[in-house]
Amino acid sequence: MTDLTMHRHEYDVVVIGAGGAGLRAAIEARELGMRTAIISKSLFGKAHTVMAEGGIAASMGNANPRDNWQVHFRDTMRGGKFLNNPRMAELHAKEAPDRVWELETYGALFDRTKEGKISQRNFGGHEYPRLAHVGDRTGLELIRTLQQKIVSMQQEDQRDHGDYEAMIRVFAECAITDLLLDGPRIAGAFGYFRETGDFVLFEAPAVVLATGGIGKSFKVTSNSWEYTGDGHALAMRAGASLLNMEFVQFHPTGMVWPPSVKGILVTESVRGDGGVLRNSEGKRFMFDYIPDVFKKQYAETEDEGDRWYTDPENNKRPPELLPRDEVARAINSEVKADRGSPHGGVFLDVSTRLPAEEIKRRLPSMWHQFKELADVDITKEPMEVGPTCHYVMGGVEVDPDTAAASVPGLFAAGEVAGGMHGSNRLGGNSLSDLLVFGRRAGLGAAQYVDSLSRQRPAVRESDLDDVMGFALQPFETDVGENPYEIHQELQQAMQDLVGIIRRPEEIEDALARLEKFRERATKVKVEGRRQFNPGWHLALDLRNMVIVSECVAKSALERQESRGGHTRDDYPAMDAVWRQVNLICSHPAGSVEVEVKQQPVPAIRVDLIALFDRGELAKYLTDEEMAGLPEGDLTT
Amino acid sequence: MSYAAHFRVWRGDAGGGELQDFSVEVNEGEVVLDIIHRLQATQAGDLAVRWNCKAGKCGSCSAEINGRPRLLCMTRMSTFTEADTITVTPLRAFPVIRDLVTDVSFNYVKAREIPAFAPPKGVAAGDYRMEQIDVERSQEFRKCIECFLCQNVCHVVRDHEDNKDSFAGPRYLMRIAELDMHPLDEMDRTKQAQDEHGLGYCNITKCCTEVCPEHIKITDNALIPMKERVVDRKFDPLVWLGSRIRRRENV
Repeated sequence: MTDLTMHRHEYDVVVIGAGGAGLRAAIEARELGMRTAIISKSLFGKAHTVMAEGGIAASMGNANPRDNWQVHFRDTMRGGKFLNNPRMAELHAKEAPDRVWELETYGALFDRTKEGKISQRNFGGHEYPRLAHVGDRTGLELIRTLQQKIVSMQQEDQRDHGDYEAMIRVFAECAITDLLLDGPRIAGAFGYFRETGDFVLFEAPAVVLATGGIGKSFKVTSNSWEYTGDGHALAMRAGASLLNMEFVQFHPTGMVWPPSVKGILVTESVRGDGGVLRNSEGKRFMFDYIPDVFKKQYAETEDEGDRWYTDPENNKRPPELLPRDEVARAINSEVKADRGSPHGGVFLDVSTRLPAEEIKRRLPSMWHQFKELADVDITKEPMEVGPTCHYVMGGVEVDPDTAAASVPGLFAAGEVAGGMHGSNRLGGNSLSDLLVFGRRAGLGAAQYVDSLSRQRPAVRESDLDDVMGFALQPFETDVGENPYEIHQELQQAMQDLVGIIRRPEEIEDALARLEKFRERATKVKVEGRRQFNPGWHLALDLRNMVIVSECVAKSALERQESRGGHTRDDYPAMDAVWRQVNLICSHPAGSVEVEVKQQPVPAIRVDLIALFDRGELAKYLTDEEMAGLPEGDLTT
Repeated sequence: MSYAAHFRVWRGDAGGGELQDFSVEVNEGEVVLDIIHRLQATQAGDLAVRWNCKAGKCGSCSAEINGRPRLLCMTRMSTFTEADTITVTPLRAFPVIRDLVTDVSFNYVKAREIPAFAPPKGVAAGDYRMEQIDVERSQEFRKCIECFLCQNVCHVVRDHEDNKDSFAGPRYLMRIAELDMHPLDEMDRTKQAQDEHGLGYCNITKCCTEVCPEHIKITDNALIPMKERVVDRKFDPLVWLGSRIRRRENV
């Protein structure tokens, strides 16, 4: 007989996701007096944030005193090709330094400058050295620091309440399959514990989504099994909308060999610290790929690019440090033109650029990773690298200041939220995003809970029957498909048909296949029982992957231009008219279909637009928009 | 290039289990975790295993391969011959949940027992100043990915369940050392390491250092220096005198 055991918990704020954004949100909510639950699909401290290598972008000005939030804002907007939500980019640039400094009070140990301040390194698209870092394992430092901060709060609660978990509790290896509503408002979240297979209901008026991205919809990805778009899909099913899902970042440098590690990330710090990209002819090909909008900011000769590492004041940076979308497309083109490396990538070489000891000191994880997984000593020979699906810029449409989604009680922060990065994220802006908007989501959720009357939203028992019924379905069918097979086919389809370069007929082919995947995903069969059953977990995640894949494909078909993480073969140029358009995905009431609507991009405030000169703006804005700008020199 | 390997994988739960035999395809460049995934996808859909990053960075896929504690994702198949039988079993020091997944909650309990970073009073965020050379000692320990292989292999708990109460294990003794060496931490931690967290149980056989996938010198750089400080504290007459004087002041 089916075991219908269900655990029930009541909290003020439930945070789904235990990466950087989720933990920072939980810390804030708990500091504001909320009883807070953190739900983690994995063990506590294993979140995908640990994979972030290069650093946290924050204009502390430790390496170059000329850096400030305005410069960071400008870089972020350029990187996102001006499609960023300008208020989010502003808040992010202004608050990132405080969020980094705060980590030191939690115990973080960043690499230092000679003056004993936090060291900052160069990265693609950032005008000054801006990334606070710990070697090339910054993400691990971030997650461990936040994890240990939460433990320290639990120690306070133990002292004050005699219970470590009085105010904040981590539910590890727990997955949420559905959000529950009371009318239009959030009332709770339903899921299961991986360890036992038992069901669990969290009754809570506020839910913060911090579930990360969607990379597991693609075959070659740097993302882990958790990245199945759960938060994106939960938000859609709860009635919220997703923004600009066509923008998917392919990180230019993933490992390409051996096959089993294809997609694993090679940090951008390799290039930031002097590594260069070469094709099979030994040529530093990036010099051929500097787009017009960036001509002014990048070196035109190898000599100038090389001088920049030691004298950034008087030289322009090398084009290896262009934003990621540009570098990924360039590598893609070189490989297609038969100038690739033996295993279908290009060469990334740091061995001829830095002494061996320096490489090991600055890039210890990379040295380790290549030595142990590919038998390559990066101090002696180049690495082979190629693009890998890394990050989704699109995500839940939120209010910039509170991180609130359109559904009352629902909040989103980090990769699952959209808008901050526009059409392309700069390296280093992810970790800072997690902290800035994680905190804001925790704050927004706490304020929302405080504003509620005593009558909190309530979960309907009949809804519980429905969501439980869905979760049990894969066990109750006699014949059905293997979820692993459907997943592999889905990944292949997205990789081949909605990848780096997109063609309308291929996207339509993908959409036709996705329709079938959606149907097939409802008819999977899993063996065994519910206790720690990966087949079952995948069967439930498939539904989410299909929804987010549909959003990506439909938005990609709609946007008839190329910008950032969206490149259309038939519309290869950026189009200023499309810069004014956000694409919004939602489920029409009562339907599982994905509907895409166009919506105007929020206007950039005059004081923010004044941070750019007219010449640069003209590359992004329409003639009409340019005519509407205030008279005179904007930058004064 | 491709061959069929003989795998023996422990399957079962808290109630018991056994090694199951599989013949499974192996391709060039693969690691043991790839083979486990292939078993899941083709022969045993419900085979339980933890994993996340598949790049040696998250420390989730810890298990024992031919009796040695290893990360499944960092153990390359090329380290075995085609004739080898590869036996994969769950971590021995922790209770089995299912198949290769064990209950590692012991570690999280111990983590909570170590007093957190004690920030310097009167120093505002943004004003922290530390030299690189001073942070490097603790940074080595902060490379820890919490795979718990050191906890698993340490003979103090591996074969003595009853020691678990009074012994934090190498990972958390190293955490104490990390905080102790943090340039701005304000708490005196050596005494608690000895009195409350079982530092004295460690007899420096260095098994923890040997299995550490991050190559952290746990014994030499964390545990031994702390043991030396405990000894200094106990027998150094000056330290003893100092502690008496301070105590009197507090009266």
